[in-house]
Amino acid sequence: MIRLAGNSQDGIQAIGGFLARLAGRSSQDVMTYMTIPSTISGGPSIFQVRIGSGEVLSAGDEADFLVAFYQHSYVDHISCLKEGGVLLYDSDHVEPNLDDKRFVYVGVPITGLTVEALGGTAKDKGKNIFVLGLLAAIFHFDAEKVKALIRERFGRKDESVVNTALMAFQAGLAYPVGNVLSTRYKFEVSPNRDGARAQITMDGNQAVAYGALAAGVRYGAAYPITPWTSVMEILRGELPKYGGLFVQCEDELAAVSMALGFSYAGHLALTGSSGPGISLKSEAIGWASMAEMPLIIVNVQRGGPSTGLPTHVEQSDLNQAIFGGHGDSPRVVLAAKNVEDCFYIMIEAGRIARKYSTPVFVLTDASLSTRIEAFDEPNLKEIMLSPELDLTPRPEGFKPYPLDAITRHAPPGTKMLDGKYPVVTGLEHDEHGHPTGRPKLHLSMTAKRRDKLKKLADELPLPEIFGDEEGGEALLVGWGSTYGPIHEAVKIAREQGESISAMHLRHVHPLPNGLDTIFARFKRVIVVEMNDQGLYGHGQLATILRARYCDPKIRSFNKTDGLTFRVKEILEGVLK
Amino acid sequence: MSTATLESKIAPAIPEKLTKKQLSADHPTWCPGCGDFSVLAGFYKLLEKKQLPHEKIVTLAGIGCSSRFPYFVNSHGAHFIHGRAVPLASGVSLSRPDLHVFVFGGDGDGFSIGGNHLEHGARKNIDLTYVIMDNSVYGLTKKQTSPTSPIGFKTKTDPAGAIDQPVNPMKKLISAGATFVARTHSAQINHMTQMMERAMAHKGFSVVEVLSECVEFFPGAYDPASPRKGGAFSIIDEKKNDGTPEDAQRHDTTDAAAAFKLAELPFPGLFGVFYEVNRPTKNQLEDKWIVSTREKLKGATDLDLLQATFDRMK
Repeated sequence: MIRLAGNSQDGIQAIGGFLARLAGRSSQDVMTYMTIPSTISGGPSIFQVRIGSGEVLSAGDEADFLVAFYQHSYVDHISCLKEGGVLLYDSDHVEPNLDDKRFVYVGVPITGLTVEALGGTAKDKGKNIFVLGLLAAIFHFDAEKVKALIRERFGRKDESVVNTALMAFQAGLAYPVGNVLSTRYKFEVSPNRDGARAQITMDGNQAVAYGALAAGVRYGAAYPITPWTSVMEILRGELPKYGGLFVQCEDELAAVSMALGFSYAGHLALTGSSGPGISLKSEAIGWASMAEMPLIIVNVQRGGPSTGLPTHVEQSDLNQAIFGGHGDSPRVVLAAKNVEDCFYIMIEAGRIARKYSTPVFVLTDASLSTRIEAFDEPNLKEIMLSPELDLTPRPEGFKPYPLDAITRHAPPGTKMLDGKYPVVTGLEHDEHGHPTGRPKLHLSMTAKRRDKLKKLADELPLPEIFGDEEGGEALLVGWGSTYGPIHEAVKIAREQGESISAMHLRHVHPLPNGLDTIFARFKRVIVVEMNDQGLYGHGQLATILRARYCDPKIRSFNKTDGLTFRVKEILEGVLK
Repeated sequence: MSTATLESKIAPAIPEKLTKKQLSADHPTWCPGCGDFSVLAGFYKLLEKKQLPHEKIVTLAGIGCSSRFPYFVNSHGAHFIHGRAVPLASGVSLSRPDLHVFVFGGDGDGFSIGGNHLEHGARKNIDLTYVIMDNSVYGLTKKQTSPTSPIGFKTKTDPAGAIDQPVNPMKKLISAGATFVARTHSAQINHMTQMMERAMAHKGFSVVEVLSECVEFFPGAYDPASPRKGGAFSIIDEKKNDGTPEDAQRHDTTDAAAAFKLAELPFPGLFGVFYEVNRPTKNQLEDKWIVSTREKLKGATDLDLLQATFDRMK
């Protein structure tokens, strides 16, 4: 694992991105992790790349290799370097404590050499590409492959930009770092696994956006907010190619309303945001629940409440997604477990929204949004859904809200053969959509809206158990981006002989039926989440599971430091 | 979605003549004597005249007495949440060029809780027709101050009389960038229907403010504009461009500054079209972008496109 530490404007994300794509192209598993300050420019930033030939589950706890651009980068991050690890530092800016014999020190005047190579720019631009050259030399990357990536990345800009980048890379590559390191590290390209699909490399927000396209979403609307924004940026650019449209609205309320306008018009539509923006959308989501309108709502969660930690990760919007509405307003909540799943879960969300005519939340988070992973290329031919606009004339007696069937709206433009046109409404209504306050109807309509989600629960598969299917001492239960660290922790603990297993929920609301039969097989059930233990000692999912199963053995292991779980933290937290 | 693809998906319309009988739905829940009845009657009249395909008429609304409108028109319709009818309607308009999108609402829905959306819908010039029934009071919640309540008007939330400067709807709409702005009175059914007809013919964000008396909570509010009640219904004399000397004195509806001046006349002021310009709609601009983007793709299918994106990520 390589950690790059510098300032946010140094372009270290770009090096990280190159490394991740290089690894992905070489059939290596890869996972990245990035922190950026919430300031526009400046402030410490890190980018971490973990590459492995096996399955890479988490971003890694300790670095094998640390690149420090500044003194503060060195001071803040040297503690994460493994004993025997290598510190590569810019000797123009960093003075390490060379008396600390635990590490190998490689000082390179990165700033000076970059300026020299590129003819001198005051702002140290190009340092990142110089470092990429250094890393290529140290790890024996295929230089031609890297150069191809550089050309791709900068090719759309001026030719001189490409040349400058290639010069910086060449200068770094040519720097005599010595052979000491090459004996320690080698970047091996493993042959393609038999029958395996090619790997593609992207971050979580890209996966959400492309997943939406694959799900048949052609219309959407949103308002910018970190860390959601890049999803809407991608869709704004991509959708016109597909004949669709993504609109940036004046605010979150307009965004969800416009998205519902697209839904009402008969399309599968998308809106998204992060916690505070979702709060603003919640009234309209209540309408979607009452009017039974399909809609996908993505929440790229961040630390809250309020402005909170806008660039840090937290899983504290689960309650908001499930319960954050006025009245009894059932909705579906799904959570993506990794970058690959950000893609597939959008297709699942689209499927459910259409089939059950309901709002569907997709929860991802700040760590998934910028994390780059390589995964098997999806088989688009098999899974891609085309958008449907069903304007076939509706027969006599059409009811928008039938009590004995799931609502299937007739979008405007649909000829109604009995000449009676439907009104879709947020007022309580009868089967024809006429407003009513009749006690019996509110009772049966409330049940109708609830029961369709129970029907959905009936069709959900039970989650797989990683570990002992037949049960054992402890079961770790997770949801969302904690999938990787939880599974890695379980793997390590099992290798040490612990009786421990893991189960991960993608469908969080409704829950699949039969979880209690799984819980019954374990002595301890520990829900691992990145949110607060609350007033009564249990995290948000744990509280829901306890309420549903009345099982006091369901316990919580939480944290709220705004960082992803380290494997070590989970091991220490659950094995004690 | 282009109009051509849409047409192919729609079954041929059964020829039928739309009459008031086919267009009316639930009996209105408004109080007897409410001005909104006339607006509904005027809308039926307009639809009878226009003979649009029945299934292509869409009526949308937010919350308020007048926002009950969609229940009373037998057309595709949606009754949305308070203040957000414009963005809902924008979604319908932008994604379905085959439909005729009408939005109905009141002064609270449009100028207060939905004020921001009104501004941005106007700025973006989204192709829809918005009829605002202004009664200068909150009726559904039983007499609270509205954004157009005159100073001194006593309500349950201003028992000593309203103290806040009211919104001037014409000025607000003109400055926001609405491309068709008109004002009328629900008792003047011919003038009102004419205004709605011109608004409907206009490509872009067209708004008609209809003074529509609330007989229950603000009776007599618009008497100064009612000849029958001793007031004056004075119509804007629009420029005819006929080269006559008197034409120079007439109102140029493309002149925003002149429209602003008219809007500053003391109550009851003038009625008619204050402002009307042609500016590309968001619908047209987005469509242009979609078309030029797709031209470059040489007929690639959705699958080809996404596959090509993935190929670049390898």
